[in-house]
Amino acid sequence: MTNKTLIQISNDLSAGIYSSREITQDIITDIKARDHQFNSFINLSEDLALEQAGAADARRAAGKAELLTGVPFAHKDLFCTQGVITTCGSKMLENFIPPYESTVGQRLLATGAVCVGKTNMDEFAMGSSNENSYFGAVKNPWDLNAVPGGSSGGSAAAVAAGLVPAATGTDTGGSIRQPASFCNLTGIKPTYGRVSRFGIVAFASSLDQAGPMCKTAADAAVMLNAMAGFDAQDSTSMQVELPDFSADLEQPLTGLKVGLPKEFFGPGLDPQVADCIMVAVKQVEALGAQIIDISMPNLELSIPAYYVIAPSEASSNLSRFDGVRYGYRCDQPQDLMDMYCRTRAEGFGTEVKRRIMVGTYALSEGYYDAYYVKAQRIRRLIKNDFVRALSQVDVIMGPVAPTAAFDLGSNTKDSVAMYLEDIYTLSANLAGIPAMSTPAGFVNGRPVGLHIMGNYFAEAKLLNIAHQYQQITDWHLQTPASNGNKGA
Amino acid sequence: MSWEIVIGLEIHVQLATQSKLFSGAKVGFGAEPNTQTTLVDLGMPGALPVFNQEALRMAVTFGTAINAHVSKHSVFARKNYFYPDSPKGYQTSQMDHPIVGEGHLDIQLEDGSTKRIGVTRAHLEEDAGKSLHDEFDGLTGIDLNRSSTPLLEIVSEPDMRSAKEAVAYMRKMHAIVTTIGISDGNMAEGSMRCDANVSIRPKGQKELGTRAELKNINSFRFIERAINVEVERQIDILEDGGKIAQETRLYDADKNETRPMRSKEEANDYRYFPCPDLLPIDIDDDYIEAIRQSLPELPDQRSARFVSQLNLSEYDAGVLSASRSLADYFEAVVAVCSDAKLSANWVSGELAKYLNQHSVEIDAAPVSAAQLGQLISRIKDDTISGKGAKTVFEGLWNKAGEVDAIIETKGLKQVSDLGALEIMVDDVIAASPKQVQQYVDAEVEKRGKMLGFFMGQVMKASKGSANPGQVNGMLKQKLDALCS
Repeated sequence: MTNKTLIQISNDLSAGIYSSREITQDIITDIKARDHQFNSFINLSEDLALEQAGAADARRAAGKAELLTGVPFAHKDLFCTQGVITTCGSKMLENFIPPYESTVGQRLLATGAVCVGKTNMDEFAMGSSNENSYFGAVKNPWDLNAVPGGSSGGSAAAVAAGLVPAATGTDTGGSIRQPASFCNLTGIKPTYGRVSRFGIVAFASSLDQAGPMCKTAADAAVMLNAMAGFDAQDSTSMQVELPDFSADLEQPLTGLKVGLPKEFFGPGLDPQVADCIMVAVKQVEALGAQIIDISMPNLELSIPAYYVIAPSEASSNLSRFDGVRYGYRCDQPQDLMDMYCRTRAEGFGTEVKRRIMVGTYALSEGYYDAYYVKAQRIRRLIKNDFVRALSQVDVIMGPVAPTAAFDLGSNTKDSVAMYLEDIYTLSANLAGIPAMSTPAGFVNGRPVGLHIMGNYFAEAKLLNIAHQYQQITDWHLQTPASNGNKGA
Repeated sequence: MSWEIVIGLEIHVQLATQSKLFSGAKVGFGAEPNTQTTLVDLGMPGALPVFNQEALRMAVTFGTAINAHVSKHSVFARKNYFYPDSPKGYQTSQMDHPIVGEGHLDIQLEDGSTKRIGVTRAHLEEDAGKSLHDEFDGLTGIDLNRSSTPLLEIVSEPDMRSAKEAVAYMRKMHAIVTTIGISDGNMAEGSMRCDANVSIRPKGQKELGTRAELKNINSFRFIERAINVEVERQIDILEDGGKIAQETRLYDADKNETRPMRSKEEANDYRYFPCPDLLPIDIDDDYIEAIRQSLPELPDQRSARFVSQLNLSEYDAGVLSASRSLADYFEAVVAVCSDAKLSANWVSGELAKYLNQHSVEIDAAPVSAAQLGQLISRIKDDTISGKGAKTVFEGLWNKAGEVDAIIETKGLKQVSDLGALEIMVDDVIAASPKQVQQYVDAEVEKRGKMLGFFMGQVMKASKGSANPGQVNGMLKQKLDALCS
């Protein structure tokens, strides 16, 4: 099954080539056999998955199967799963079993999809390399010396390695797109408000958005169809028309206006990555698109704005991990203050503590206006840049990250260098627009993703472009050597 | 030196919504710990708040009731602090953009004059849970039933100049919130409580003195006592040449003193910022006007009507309109007996006395308004005397039956049969020759007083059942006849 797409597996299930129980068992066996190389899973839920698979087979037998019925997938371990440990990559929640399922999880389960386990991630989604996990770093299946990207690094590695055909991710500043780029996947961060955040442990509430990570745009459309939609339990979820994201995949790109912001191609961008992107843009042009140079002058302010807003929200969101009701509690607390201090000092990792401190500082009396308020002002400028640009062009393209996947350990000492990894991705979260990564080549054997950003609620357009691009390229079909050639 | 007292109040009103401010959990008092909670109230990871629109309607109703500016755009903010009964590590409140802006409230002072107290703002916020220290052998239990209960915090200007004014303001606020139906106003259960900011300054000085904040006062009586004892404390300090520390203090009702809260109970920097999980509240003029139009008769209007329509005194009208339940009860009594003055006397007299003695709220009074109205009707038609009526009332309170049944079983019916009365009167006159002689010998103007003795004898003879008015008239007539 290793290299099959989600849709191929769905078709196989329909054709009765194998049952959901069979493929689920195969996948779990495969993960157990191979994942020690990648460390992409934190927990497997074998019994529950087989139970779900059995139910899916029964549903299929009853003639009520949908596209995802019986198809195995994995959840980033930030999605609360009822009865299944949900760690967020943290010691703080090492043994936390939610008594509830995220809205996204409920929707996927409702279609009959089978969750085989929970994938590794940077602790509380804070990181760009998946080296900030309490459960150890994840390795990139394309090169075991390279990071898979983060924070959805486990989901990316699991799909790239062919362990599962699809996985969920979340993207607060690039955490779906950058690992998708590093692992040769199609990953989409939908418009803020498109997918419910209920039951997804919050990092930065105004930026977090969940999306799928798959091999192809067509797979991503199927996943997004299941995941998206208004949810009354999330006040920031938007009550807008929900299209069939698969419906427009085959639309031609004739007349499509593609903007290339010069700010995405400045110093800091690896020239080889730039070459891959320009080749890809030419190919999109060949599909009938018109390429237009644009400027978005405030993009460079994304990093300082993001690294005030996201830690500020995180410092508040992570306050609930206090050792009182659930999660880690330090041994033998002397008093309340000692319990708080040691629980949080021992339960959180370095990067999480760093961001909590930055956010706490930024929100403090006397600094609030200089940091948080100013960052919000910058956020509006960036949003305005996008609104202006997207009134001239249909989509914006560029690189997802300045480089291909970097070596494990190469950026861990320098937080700022690590933060610069997100320079091209942060702005979409700040503006709330949808953005995705699609495979667009390799640099020294490591994948490079093409970044496509569009207008609010234009996910179908993005997927259409990625799908059309995938019809004339085969980057997305390439698989790491370690996967063997068992499948397609 | 002569000191001026300056008081501002922050009143927390628990809104009478069915469910909580940000979750569907039921709001209620006295349930088993942690049974009225959802994922949201427990602060579970990934749980998200959903704003209760009914709380919005109630807050806007309040704003229109005090003629305040109602904000068309308001924003929830997070107030960050760690405490075990604060499950998310922050309280969701409103900071820069409260739902209700400036307004005012008129209070009646003891001299009968009216004083206007400014309301700075009123904002929506969620309540915290409760820490339980007693039952866990040195450990602390947490009950999150109250977590996310909707509160309206009403902040006044520092316009009050005495503890009595503060009480009058609080009572007026109580009357308004109960009249417009946004709170049950039950102070014993914490549905209404206040923090008092108290400072003093030399009379004539413009700038305010340093204030102390008295936290969580939950009865009208305690407001008055807490403020007075705090003012005494501040005067003692200043007159001894000391300085007032700006601090939060607790009123200890048992010791009748205020003491500083432990520093751990205070947080210094709440790091307020707009809550990213909730959208700003945007409402339009139509929404606000529709609510304004649906306001019930407010306490001041009702009081004015009691004076103009029912000829009550200003004082009685003020007392009886002080809460919606009381005013409703009073009007229901009047509807039955058609005597506003007697109804007022009974409601603010005997009924109030019983309610007070038994710590019962008017809504739970065992004597219904219909029963009290019936009782007053029986006084008016001379069936019972005022004294007998009190006995009947006691019977009603103790659920001894309906008015007429109690009159019957207790034998309280006044004897109004003239024949029977005349026999009793004649017997008393015949049995009291000495007193009759004194009456005859007395000057005319002194005779009235002397009737009392004969009245007493007749009432005694009738075991209290004689109609005093008739006995009086008959005695006077018969004794005066002996004088001529």
